[in-house]
Amino acid sequence: MKKTLYDKLWDEHHIHSYDNGYSLIYIDKHLIHEVTSPQAFEGLRQAERDIWSKKSIMAVPDHNVPTTLREGGIKDPISKIQVDALNKNCKNNDLLKFDLEDIRQGIVHVVGPEQGIILPGMTVVCGDSHTSTHGALAALAFGIGTSEVEHVLATQCLLQKKSLNMNINIIGEMSEHFYSKDLALLIISKIGTAGGTGCAIEYTGSAIRNLSMEARMTLCNMTIEAGATTGLVAVDEKTISYVDKKPYSPKEEDFLEAKKYWKELVSDEGAIYNKTIDVDISKSGPMITWGTSPEMAVNIDGKLPDLEDEMYVSKKQDLLNAFSYMGLKEKQNVNSIELDKIFIGSCTNSRIEDLRVVADIVKNKKIANNIKSAIIVPGSGLVKEKAEKEGLDKVFLKSGFEWRSPGCSMCLGMNDDKLNEYERCASTSNRNFEGRQGRLGRTHLVSPATAAAAAIHGHFVDVRDI
Amino acid sequence: MKKFEEIKSVAAYIDRKNIDTDAIIPKQYLKSVTREGFGETLFDDWRYLEPGNLGDNHSLRKKNPDFFLYNPKYSGAKILIAGDNFGCGSSREHAVWALMDFGFNAVISTSFADIFYNNCFKNGLLPIVLNSENFEKITSSVSRENNIFTVNLNDQLISCVDFEVQFEIDKRRKEVLAEGIDDISETLKLSNKIKEYENKKFVKTPWIFNG
Ligand code: SF4
Repeated sequence: MKKTLYDKLWDEHHIHSYDNGYSLIYIDKHLIHEVTSPQAFEGLRQAERDIWSKKSIMAVPDHNVPTTLREGGIKDPISKIQVDALNKNCKNNDLLKFDLEDIRQGIVHVVGPEQGIILPGMTVVCGDSHTSTHGALAALAFGIGTSEVEHVLATQCLLQKKSLNMNINIIGEMSEHFYSKDLALLIISKIGTAGGTGCAIEYTGSAIRNLSMEARMTLCNMTIEAGATTGLVAVDEKTISYVDKKPYSPKEEDFLEAKKYWKELVSDEGAIYNKTIDVDISKSGPMITWGTSPEMAVNIDGKLPDLEDEMYVSKKQDLLNAFSYMGLKEKQNVNSIELDKIFIGSCTNSRIEDLRVVADIVKNKKIANNIKSAIIVPGSGLVKEKAEKEGLDKVFLKSGFEWRSPGCSMCLGMNDDKLNEYERCASTSNRNFEGRQGRLGRTHLVSPATAAAAAIHGHFVDVRDI
Repeated sequence: MKKFEEIKSVAAYIDRKNIDTDAIIPKQYLKSVTREGFGETLFDDWRYLEPGNLGDNHSLRKKNPDFFLYNPKYSGAKILIAGDNFGCGSSREHAVWALMDFGFNAVISTSFADIFYNNCFKNGLLPIVLNSENFEKITSSVSRENNIFTVNLNDQLISCVDFEVQFEIDKRRKEVLAEGIDDISETLKLSNKIKEYENKKFVKTPWIFNG
């Protein structure tokens, strides 16, 4: 029988079928951060259970960590308790962890692939919904809750029902300044935030093949915002050269062996998907979200929805709520929206290629006077180091950006990096929910290029025009 | 986990779609390292008119009088009704802990986000998916004074004075709630099978064990 990539990954990790439609699935890699793990370790202790496979785990603090003045450790006593708990749990159990002082520390979904800890064909979980990121390496990766974290710690397995196969097939090629972030927002605006619920999405089309590995990570990362817990891209030469020579990837003979296996990680010609959606990108430009859900996105040269428009009839109340929260009006031009803050970072867009794009746009320019703060938070210490070697930090600082230390930062504002009430931010992160970046803060999700251009102009502009 | 028991209570209704887990429990409360005490800050941004933090005395914070759960007719509600795609966004199980700590034992919607839905069953919260026709039937009757609903898991039935609706739930999930099954113990019964699988894997894809 012809199989999709998802079918192959599923079958390879399938241990047992129960007669109620559930299966027991083996988990190869378990990523852990400080926020969703303490209760799981506590549960394990209370039940007097051991960790099944310590070697399957990589831990890193990221959500709660400061991005400035790290030298003295974490000042916020409550955040400190949580990071200390992670340290203690890892130390007691002898688990691989990258400390705050370690150059390899960073956002869990940036660090895993960067280290070669995540490899094609693995099953990967983390108590974090953006685990979908790792699907870019053809790994079956999805987020889980804390009870499931405990379940994986204790058994190395999860009880799962197989998802449906969904294919999002991209038609046309990426145009200049249309990035994978724009592609993700375009897809979500078309299928909605529940469009992929119950499905594993595989992205196909020559545009996907032409994306870099980092761009694929951005796309798979945003898959959860379309309701699917897993996003996948099949293995090709790019995948294999990406994982080559990473610290934890196999070496020499082992690498050649692994490579043979990895090359099979593509959907068979003619494999059947439960759903296929074609998305034509030939006429698409940069995207921006205007509302409080990632599906509320429009083209940068577009306007906010017209409530009279028939397509919005059933959504009227949601649109009104979003207009009111965001302080915007129907039919308003996107370009006229003025900004207070710029955030470039998060597991969606904080890798070296993202930073290079930003540097290109802001080089020899100054951020606009109305921008109160513009911060750039690299995804990991190694991304930071690379950027500094390339001199990008100097470009950023000269333009008026702040250059921070790695972490989740203003993506969710668990540390000091937050929006104040009613502040409006162009953000390269992944969620524009009410309060996400700070109570009553207003978030517009965009690509790094659009965020950079907005920083220079003080309002949104079409980066193709500058 | 405690066994799920029949619920008899008024139902609180919020007419809103895509309620995300950031709204259910904002991030500042995720700094807690326990599973308890999240009820006071359930829907925090909607519920209070001033910002709050972990460790605050929330009873001193200014409340939003228009917040739906402060409507006296919803007082003591154990059933929450909300629009499509409830629980989308972050995987935080704290959302489920907060709903339960507040006193909810069941949530009714037309659809739930996958991770949230899963998390419910690990904690004894019953998420009920209704088709839009049945959903409307329930929501249109919710505002009647003192309308008590009964949720019976065994019969998969929601009933009130003048009607009842059936709901679907898969067999295994029903069992987990009804019996209060601990998934980990269940899985560990298959330890030998897991080890066998691992041994094969050591030979076939040894690079998996690269930690
Ligand atoms: S950067 Fe944001 S979305 Fe990514 S793991 Fe951190 S908090 Fe979650």
